[in-house]
Amino acid sequence: MRIFVCIKQVPDTAENIAIQGGVGIDESVKWVMNPYDEYAVEEAIRLKESVGDGEVIVISVGSGSTMSTIRTAIAMGADRGVLITTDEKPDQRVIAKAIAKIIQDEEDGDLVFCGKQSADSEGMQTPFRIAALLDMPVTTNVIAFENSEETVVVESEVEGGARQVIEMKKPCVVAATKGLNEPRYPKLPAIMKAKKKEVKEIALDSLNLDSQTNSMSIVELSYPPEKPEGKMVSGESPQELAQNLVSLLKEEAKVL
Amino acid sequence: MSKRAIFVETKEGVIKRAIFGVISGARSEGSELVAFVLDGKGKEYQSELQEYGITTIVDITADGISEVYDPEVYTGVIVEAMKKFECTEFVGLTSALGKDLLPRVAAALDAPALLDCVSIDCNEQTVMKSQYTGKTQAKMKLEGECLVYGVRPNAISATPAPAEATVVSYVPSFKSCGNMVIKEIKASTNKGVDLTEAEVIVAGGRGTGSTENFKILQELADTLGAALGASRAAVDADFAPMSMQVGQTGKTVSPSLYIACGISGAIQHLAGMKTAKVVVAINKDDQAPIFKKCDYGIVGDLLEVVPEITAAIKK
Repeated sequence: MRIFVCIKQVPDTAENIAIQGGVGIDESVKWVMNPYDEYAVEEAIRLKESVGDGEVIVISVGSGSTMSTIRTAIAMGADRGVLITTDEKPDQRVIAKAIAKIIQDEEDGDLVFCGKQSADSEGMQTPFRIAALLDMPVTTNVIAFENSEETVVVESEVEGGARQVIEMKKPCVVAATKGLNEPRYPKLPAIMKAKKKEVKEIALDSLNLDSQTNSMSIVELSYPPEKPEGKMVSGESPQELAQNLVSLLKEEAKVL
Repeated sequence: MSKRAIFVETKEGVIKRAIFGVISGARSEGSELVAFVLDGKGKEYQSELQEYGITTIVDITADGISEVYDPEVYTGVIVEAMKKFECTEFVGLTSALGKDLLPRVAAALDAPALLDCVSIDCNEQTVMKSQYTGKTQAKMKLEGECLVYGVRPNAISATPAPAEATVVSYVPSFKSCGNMVIKEIKASTNKGVDLTEAEVIVAGGRGTGSTENFKILQELADTLGAALGASRAAVDADFAPMSMQVGQTGKTVSPSLYIACGISGAIQHLAGMKTAKVVVAINKDDQAPIFKKCDYGIVGDLLEVVPEITAAIKK
């Protein structure tokens, strides 16, 4: 069984983000694996472990520093990696084309795992694009996964917290969300061993994609408007506080 | 004149209110707005849709198309209808359904797509959307022959612009290839309104203290017709199910009123409700960071204050 996992390196979500040069950010922050991708890596490794054989291949697109995130995935239990290198910031369309090309060239993939969205660009579309390019079915927001011979059965959270149970023919793309599993922390010996495993570096430029030009680009990055200091509601008793709040919401904020 | 298709999301035979914000945002000089209706009620929706500037309503009907969302069927027939009616843009709501449908349509057409936008300008082909979990907002440009826009629920206000709409029927030929089959829909334990689309949300944090105490919040939510949400701390403590989580690893919401009860206001929680219009915070701890991010704050015990708010609203 050959399982691909697509991952992205993003700034740690606990970091503050400082805008630089109008369209970029100060990149001297801590970079980590995109949180949703951790669930994807974990599920791929669990699947390989339960089947008893197979190969988990992680793929990422980024600059040379992305290597550390690929190594993290390998330390968790992936077998090897492919890093598509670029110093540019390709958009989701270009990223999906590059990843699909690698998966096609590797041949015989049974499954592709991704995170449902990235914590930096919040694009929410790469898994669908990879699936369309590879002509595979895809489900996002996956919180339960079960593998069988020809198909997989997944549960996807839909409106109002309901769940759709979907059966997909393999090969297919599964986009993970929180709740699918509890990602493991790599142990020190595994981290050491991961450094020796194969990670192929391929330049994005060498893939000969039909288009490598971004069609979605940042014009300007800014900070969201901050709320002015709030008003503390006054009152001597819970009842009085509640009444004063309700009149403020009715008369001042006009939301009731 | 370019034609812009709007996906009219409905629930139980009623157009979702947030759709009128989507239509308002999608209007621009020199473009025609075409509404795609998939529940067979195009005729019934005519007066409402034309009130907001729709000039053509396409009633897409065929065996296998119903209000129950089937990803492959919806994508297939929409792509077909886009070609048939020569639409070069597709605009919808980034609801739970839209988060699935819009990128599928974009992928099928290899079209650039930006989702969860808080504003869109289809003439300029630009949008405003959150990046870095809401820590920044980006003005972004799309370039291509066919474009897809997704609007965050409630982010754009609905403004009428009356027009006259004709209703046309369209029977697509799309047949599902059967690579993906919906086996079952498991109903939710959450009551009422969908969180991502709710106009009012009552949310509880660790300070709620127990699952039992969430009932106090539920009563307020029921009184307001609001959805119930929770912070990660409350979900981790098993006070509330994960599907109720608001924040960075949960749902992003944009209601007109957000009442945070016993929520301290961690940066990851704020990431999910930053674009709420009015925020009320109720917390025992007067130093809670949420008080710096709210419009109205009450320092007090939510178990005492919340039932009084429910009572005051009922009056």
